[in-house]
Amino acid sequence: MTTDAAVRIRSARRAFGTQQVLSGLDLDIVEGEFVAMLGHSGSGKSTLLRAMAGLDPEVTGSVLVPRERAVVFQNPRLLPWRRVLPNVTFALAAGDARQRGRAALAEVGLAAKEQAWPATLSGGEAQRVSLARALVREPKLLLLDEPFGALDALTRLKMYELLRALCDRHRPAVLHVTHDVDEAILLADRVTVLRDGLVRLDLPVGLPAPRSRTSPDFAGLRQRLLGELGVTESIGTGSHS
Amino acid sequence: MTAVTSHHRPVTAAEPGPLVDVVAEPLTRGARRSRVPRWLRRLSGPFVLLLAWAVSAEAGWLNRDLFPPPGEVFGAAWDLLASGQLQAHVGQSMLRVLTGTVLGVLAGVVIAVVAGLTRIGEDLLDSTMQVFKAVPNFALTPLLVIWMGIGEGPKILLITLGVAIAIYINTYSGIRSVDAQLVEVAQTVGAKRSTLIRHIVLPGATPGFLVGLRLGLSSAWLSLIFAETINTTEGIGFLMSRAQTLLQFDVSVLIILIYAVAGLASYALVRLLERRLLAWRNGFQGV
Repeated sequence: MTTDAAVRIRSARRAFGTQQVLSGLDLDIVEGEFVAMLGHSGSGKSTLLRAMAGLDPEVTGSVLVPRERAVVFQNPRLLPWRRVLPNVTFALAAGDARQRGRAALAEVGLAAKEQAWPATLSGGEAQRVSLARALVREPKLLLLDEPFGALDALTRLKMYELLRALCDRHRPAVLHVTHDVDEAILLADRVTVLRDGLVRLDLPVGLPAPRSRTSPDFAGLRQRLLGELGVTESIGTGSHS
Repeated sequence: MTAVTSHHRPVTAAEPGPLVDVVAEPLTRGARRSRVPRWLRRLSGPFVLLLAWAVSAEAGWLNRDLFPPPGEVFGAAWDLLASGQLQAHVGQSMLRVLTGTVLGVLAGVVIAVVAGLTRIGEDLLDSTMQVFKAVPNFALTPLLVIWMGIGEGPKILLITLGVAIAIYINTYSGIRSVDAQLVEVAQTVGAKRSTLIRHIVLPGATPGFLVGLRLGLSSAWLSLIFAETINTTEGIGFLMSRAQTLLQFDVSVLIILIYAVAGLASYALVRLLERRLLAWRNGFQGV
């Protein structure tokens, strides 16, 4: 372990009743590293993320994370009774909170919406506000729980670019939980696969910066990950695991 | 198909046939703005009732001695106004309702927040409030008089109790129905307990609170009738019982009208509050 660890998890365990969801899991993430985590529903991805967020008091083992961390959930979870800007600055200490909130909104391209009610936003806009709410806290660890799962395919592509640009600028360590193999390869520095509560595969992506789904390396990596997930692409061209 | 003898009519672009123009005839007409303001339209029902009353009285369908026509009732109102009695009695009654309601809202909200946010508060307070809810408010009237005498105390307390219970029940269930996902957001951003209450719990409980306020206000006016049967010489309840004793049916009907207007005004107040406090619900843009 080097000194710039952002996440250090050892023997994390969590059971729901008799079902073991995390079975002694180890995971390290270094500062500024973007790690994607793939897995089927029920593989423990969300349980792990909630444990790292500090939302699960029942988890045992050692889960070391930075104090400055932020979560983006699948559902944007905006306060419906607060306008966009106060949603972004929610629970920030006073002072320059408004300016920082405006800057974060500008970064996600929603400077014009600061006075809008969440109910008037599109799904993609609401998720960008949620992203701004996370970034304005300048987290050392950003936890993303299937953040684009509820968005349409076109909006999702734009969000990939935005997220990658924001992460390159702010350099938080990222754990991005998803069930979308392409999404994981497009965004991450490292892809992990979770099965039966353990990290079964941990691969550096190592593709050059403008990543394209059409490159042979991409296709090879995808085959490997799909194989690890126990899925074949024999029907259609669906990219979802 | 064989032997087609009749030609089907060719379908051409010039013939719209079964198409309908949804711009000219939208399915939702409600969206169009009427030129009559909303509040005026909402008053049309009560106005029709008044009109029916006046017409029935003029036509002689109502016994004038038992159900006086509007003219006589407004005459009685005018006489009471001129002598300054109506203002004094209505003012006194309104003061009781206002005091009782304010105290009841405060008590109800505080108890609901304590019971809604803490386990020990719930254990101590919730069943107690349910007991109070089960006891008919008005069964307490004689006891309250014995305990507190015949002054303002028991009258206001009776109103306060009814309001507090209505506010408590609905605000408490509002707090308990606050989205747990939003509470998690507050936890992940490290919000303090006071921030959680101010920005998530209280706004989330507002719809329930407003239901409670609506029920509480109608309970307040109902309690007032009972409260003013306690030995008193002021208030519209007193006017009412005096009118009954003196067989002043015009005054009796006038008091009923005053109760009706008070109820309508309370309802309007709650609706105004709803429009302001729940503006976020439909994406209302202005302030």
